[in-house]
Amino acid sequence: MSVRSTVRALPTLLRVGFADAVAYRAEMLVWVLATTMPLVMLALWVAVAQGAPIGRYGEPQFVAYFLATFVVRQLTGSWTHYEMNFEVRAGTLAMRLLRPIHPLWAYSVESIAALPMRALVSIPVAVIALAVVGRDVVTHDPLDWALWALSLVGAWLLTLFVNLALGCLSLFIESSIKVMDLWLVFYFVLSGYLLPVDLFPPRLAAVVDWLPFRFQIGLPVELMTGVHTPGRAIELLARQWMWVLVALAATSLTWRRGLRRFAAYGG
Amino acid sequence: MIRVRGLRKHYKVHERPPGMAAAFRSLFRRTYKTVAAVDGIDFDIAAGERVGFLGPNGAGKTTTLKVLAGLLHPTDGEARVDGHEPRRREDAFLKKIMLVLGQKQQLLWDLPPSETFELNRAIYGVPRAQYDATMRELTELLQLGDLVKQPARTLSLGERMKCELAAALVHRPRVLFLDEPTIGLDVSMQAAVRDFVRQYNERFGATLILTSHYMEDVHQLCPRVIVIDKGKLVYDGALEKLVTQIRPDKRVKLRFSSPVEERDLATYGRVVRHDAGETLLDVHQDAVNRVVTQALAQLPVMDLTVENPPLEEVMSELFARGRGETRRPDTESA
Repeated sequence: MSVRSTVRALPTLLRVGFADAVAYRAEMLVWVLATTMPLVMLALWVAVAQGAPIGRYGEPQFVAYFLATFVVRQLTGSWTHYEMNFEVRAGTLAMRLLRPIHPLWAYSVESIAALPMRALVSIPVAVIALAVVGRDVVTHDPLDWALWALSLVGAWLLTLFVNLALGCLSLFIESSIKVMDLWLVFYFVLSGYLLPVDLFPPRLAAVVDWLPFRFQIGLPVELMTGVHTPGRAIELLARQWMWVLVALAATSLTWRRGLRRFAAYGG
Repeated sequence: MIRVRGLRKHYKVHERPPGMAAAFRSLFRRTYKTVAAVDGIDFDIAAGERVGFLGPNGAGKTTTLKVLAGLLHPTDGEARVDGHEPRRREDAFLKKIMLVLGQKQQLLWDLPPSETFELNRAIYGVPRAQYDATMRELTELLQLGDLVKQPARTLSLGERMKCELAAALVHRPRVLFLDEPTIGLDVSMQAAVRDFVRQYNERFGATLILTSHYMEDVHQLCPRVIVIDKGKLVYDGALEKLVTQIRPDKRVKLRFSSPVEERDLATYGRVVRHDAGETLLDVHQDAVNRVVTQALAQLPVMDLTVENPPLEEVMSELFARGRGETRRPDTESA
């Protein structure tokens, strides 16, 4: 399907995707509860910081950090990988391949369509948090916010492409869910999801700077809380977008090779 | 419309014996075998034809349909659909075809079918006026009514299949591949789906290839059949001719007004089933006139029908011949 045709179909794809995302009310509630880990970490770290600040983090900084983490996680999450695995195993990927729209476009649009629902959960939390802990915990610099917006898009794309690339792996190994589980272990530990990256030992922090995980969560959170100088922020942003391109290339490669294998062995 | 030449599709499949030890060994060393799902078949199908694609399980029917729909790449040979090479999956090609797999669904499971129809309208770029007209027709032909407003997961199998067909036809495909479209449906729903498929073919001149294990589907819909077995083409031609070729007998059913002994029927033909009031005879087609005349004159016949033998039996015999067996239906007598 040409890009023009895809764009023309976009409003319907988004609308139907949104309807699908909100089809189960009970599942939605469970999903909201399942993504509250940053709030649990918030309580934990605030308790730890009561005696004395840890690094640059006192209680208000931890509150700001983990509320920002909650918001960023909501807005950048993607579960496309599980759907792809299911469709490859059930053979229903074939139905997507019959349609004149690239399946990866369709998966991406479905992922975007879930965003309004996530925003509905995360934005009130952010607003209430700002009211409770005060506006000083987030940056007031417009440049930081501009960079934050870019980093948020980057984080979403990186997470989506990682999901798509690992989803495409299922075309080779039938199920890549365990590979994703392995990825998630590193993601939870090294992305800044469970603790801020700048609390890592310096050597580990230096390594994490070059790994993709931090750019899925940590960077937008750090920019939101205004911890980086403009120069450092731009440097990290460049690394994030480099990873976006790497993940895009990995997606493209695994899709093309995987599809060839799928077409050779059937689905 | 469809041209297939020397089409082959071979799979390499992993095989291992049962048991823990074999499972463990297969972690380190795997053995593979090559399966010839389709092994060099040729056929042509003209625009607007309705063709039944028959064969026993594993014969290569679905594989061929998937190759023609562009889902599988052939190992060798040529497949073209309306001038397109399916494996390239060009948009122009995908907009002309649809494959309905009876055991796979395209309906969005949690949403009403109307949402899938709307989604397909957007994806296929169907103009609103044409979409509305098509949906009116499909709703009427398939008697969809309010079904389209219920989540697909709440529909019965038959209702879902009707909606699957509607979703598949939103863009009015010119070539329709139907793989077991009536599987699991009750008799009345099977008939409804068959009627609809025939009407779609007649109204839009669509080319139709159907696989089905229900011979009634084939009998009702397909004047021509292509039979494959073990990946090879064993018959391509008129269904009637196939029946005559494989089973030159007609099935004569006689109902009697008073009991008749089975031994008195031996001269009329081969007794397939018999009880005192009714008998079923296989009679060579050349002898049917004579046998019917004699039976009416000599036996207390109340009712008489002459039919082709059931298609299931014809197919069973055809496939048995392919395996080098000779098989005739058992004679039953009560």
